[in-house]
Amino acid sequence: MVDFFEAFRTAVRLILDLDADLVEIVLLSLRVSLTALVPAVLIGMPLGAFVAIRAFPLRRVVVVFMSALMALPPVVVGLAVYVVLSRAGPLGNLGLLFTPTAMVIAQAILIAPIIASLTRQTVADLWEEYEEQLRSLGASRLGAIPTLLWEGRYRLVTTTLAGLGRAIAEVGAVIIVGGNIAHATRVMTTAIALETSKGDLVLAMGLGLVLIALSLFINAVAFWIQDLAQRVEA
Amino acid sequence: METPARTLLPIELEDVGYAVRKARPLVGVSGVFSQGPLTVVIGPNGAGKSVLLRLCHGLLEPSSGKIRLGLETREDRIRAQAMVFQRPVLLRRSAAANVDYALKLRGVSAADRPGRVRAALEAAGLGSVASRAARVLSGGEQQRLAIARAWALRPEVLFLDEPTASLDPQAVQHIEGLVRSIHRSGTKVIMTTHDLGQAKRLADEIWFLHRGRLVECAAAEEFFRSPATSEAQTFLEGKLLL
Ligand SMILES: Nc1ncnc2c1ncn2[C@@H]1O[C@H](COP(=O)(O)OP(=O)(O)O)[C@@H](O)[C@H]1O
Ligand SMILES: [Mg+2]
Repeated sequence: MVDFFEAFRTAVRLILDLDADLVEIVLLSLRVSLTALVPAVLIGMPLGAFVAIRAFPLRRVVVVFMSALMALPPVVVGLAVYVVLSRAGPLGNLGLLFTPTAMVIAQAILIAPIIASLTRQTVADLWEEYEEQLRSLGASRLGAIPTLLWEGRYRLVTTTLAGLGRAIAEVGAVIIVGGNIAHATRVMTTAIALETSKGDLVLAMGLGLVLIALSLFINAVAFWIQDLAQRVEA
Repeated sequence: METPARTLLPIELEDVGYAVRKARPLVGVSGVFSQGPLTVVIGPNGAGKSVLLRLCHGLLEPSSGKIRLGLETREDRIRAQAMVFQRPVLLRRSAAANVDYALKLRGVSAADRPGRVRAALEAAGLGSVASRAARVLSGGEQQRLAIARAWALRPEVLFLDEPTASLDPQAVQHIEGLVRSIHRSGTKVIMTTHDLGQAKRLADEIWFLHRGRLVECAAAEEFFRSPATSEAQTFLEGKLLL
C-alpha cells in the first residue's frame, strides 16, 4: 500500500493543477445533472403539488407509487432508457444512446419521483395550514398551487438540492446509457468505477475527492437554507 | 366602493345542524344575521362558535337545515364576505404583500392595489411595518394584519373568530378599536369571543351558544341586564357551565 499515499498525493495534485481531463469530467457531470434537474423540477413539483391538494380516485395508490419510485434502482432505470433509445427501440432513430442527452434523460427519470414525493409532502403540510384561509379569500384548489409552491420555497430549494445530490452521485444509470466514453460521456461516477477497476487509482481518487467535496457543499447549502428560512420567516 | 346591486344579508339560518361522525358541534340553530347591529357570538369553549362562523362563511356545509343568503352565485358570495381566523394564517411574505395577495385574488386591478394596501395597513396602524415579513410581526400585529387584509376586501360581512384570544390587554384594546371602526364603516361584523368583558364592550346583539345550541339571541343590553335562561345567567355570573 505504499502506492496508496503516492496515488493520493498525485490525486490532490491533479485537482490543484486543474488537470484538463479531470476538469472536463467534472464539468460534464455538473452539466448533465443540472440539466436533468430542470425537467425533473418542472414536472415533479407541479405533479407533487397536484397530488397533495387534489382529491381524486386512487390518490393513496398514487402517493404510495410515487414514494416507491423514489427508490428506483438506477441500473433498472438505465436499462429501461437503454432499451427505449437503442437502435431497435421505439426512439432508436433519434440516435441518442451514448450521448449526454441520454444520461440527462435517465437522471431526470431517476430524480423526478424524489422531487415529486418531497414536494407532495411539503405542499400537503402547507395546505393543511392554509386551506381555510385560501378558500375564504376565494382561491380555487388549482389556483392555490403556485401560492403553496411559493410559500414552501425554502423547503423546495432543499428538495431540489436533494435531487441534484442524488443525480450527481448516481452511477448505475449513466454508465449504461452513457457508456463512459472518454471526452464524450465520461462523468465522475463512471470514471471512478472504470478507472478503479482498471487499477488506475489516481484519477479515480482525484474525482472521488471532488465528488465528496461537491456532496458536502450541496448539503451545506441545503442546511444553510433551512437555517435561513427559520430565521427570516419564524 | 363597488357596492353589489343585491346584498348578502340577511343570512337566515333555519334549523341548521352540523355533525361529524359521532360529534354534533351544532344542533338546530335558527336565527337571522341582519344589517345593522354588531353581533357577538358568545359561549364557553367548545360551544360551537367557530363551527357556526365556518358554516355561515361557506367553509362547511350544514348536515341538516338550511342557510339562506341574499346572493346566488358562489363567486358573488365569496366576494361579499371575509373571515379572520382565530390563528391568523399569514403568507410568508411582507405585510403589504399579504394584503396585496388577497386583493389580487379578488380581481382588484394592479393600479388600484397599492393605494388600497396602504390604506388598509394604515387603518390598522401597520403603516410602519408594511415591508416587514408578516410572520415575524408580534402576535397582536399579526392579528391586526389579518384583519387589515380582510377589511381591504371591503366585504359586506366580516366574520371574526376570537380575534383577541391570547393577546395582551393593549393589543386587545387596539383590535377592539379596529373592530369598532370597521363596524362604523358599514361592514356587518359577526364575531365570536369567550371573553364576556369584550362582548359587553362591543356587542349590539348577542348570540349565546351552549353545547351546539343557540340558547339565547337578544339585544346586548337586554341580554346582560336580564338573561332569559338559566344557562345564560350561570355563564354571566362567571360560573362553570357544565
Ligand atoms: N371538524 C370537526 N370534527 C370533529 N369535531 C369537531 C370539528 N369541528 C368542531 N368539532 C367539535 O365541535 C365542538 C365545537 O367546536 P368549536 O365550534 O370550535 O367551539 P368553540 O369555537 O365554541 O370553542 C367542539 O367540541 C369540537 O371538538
Ligand atoms: Mg372557536
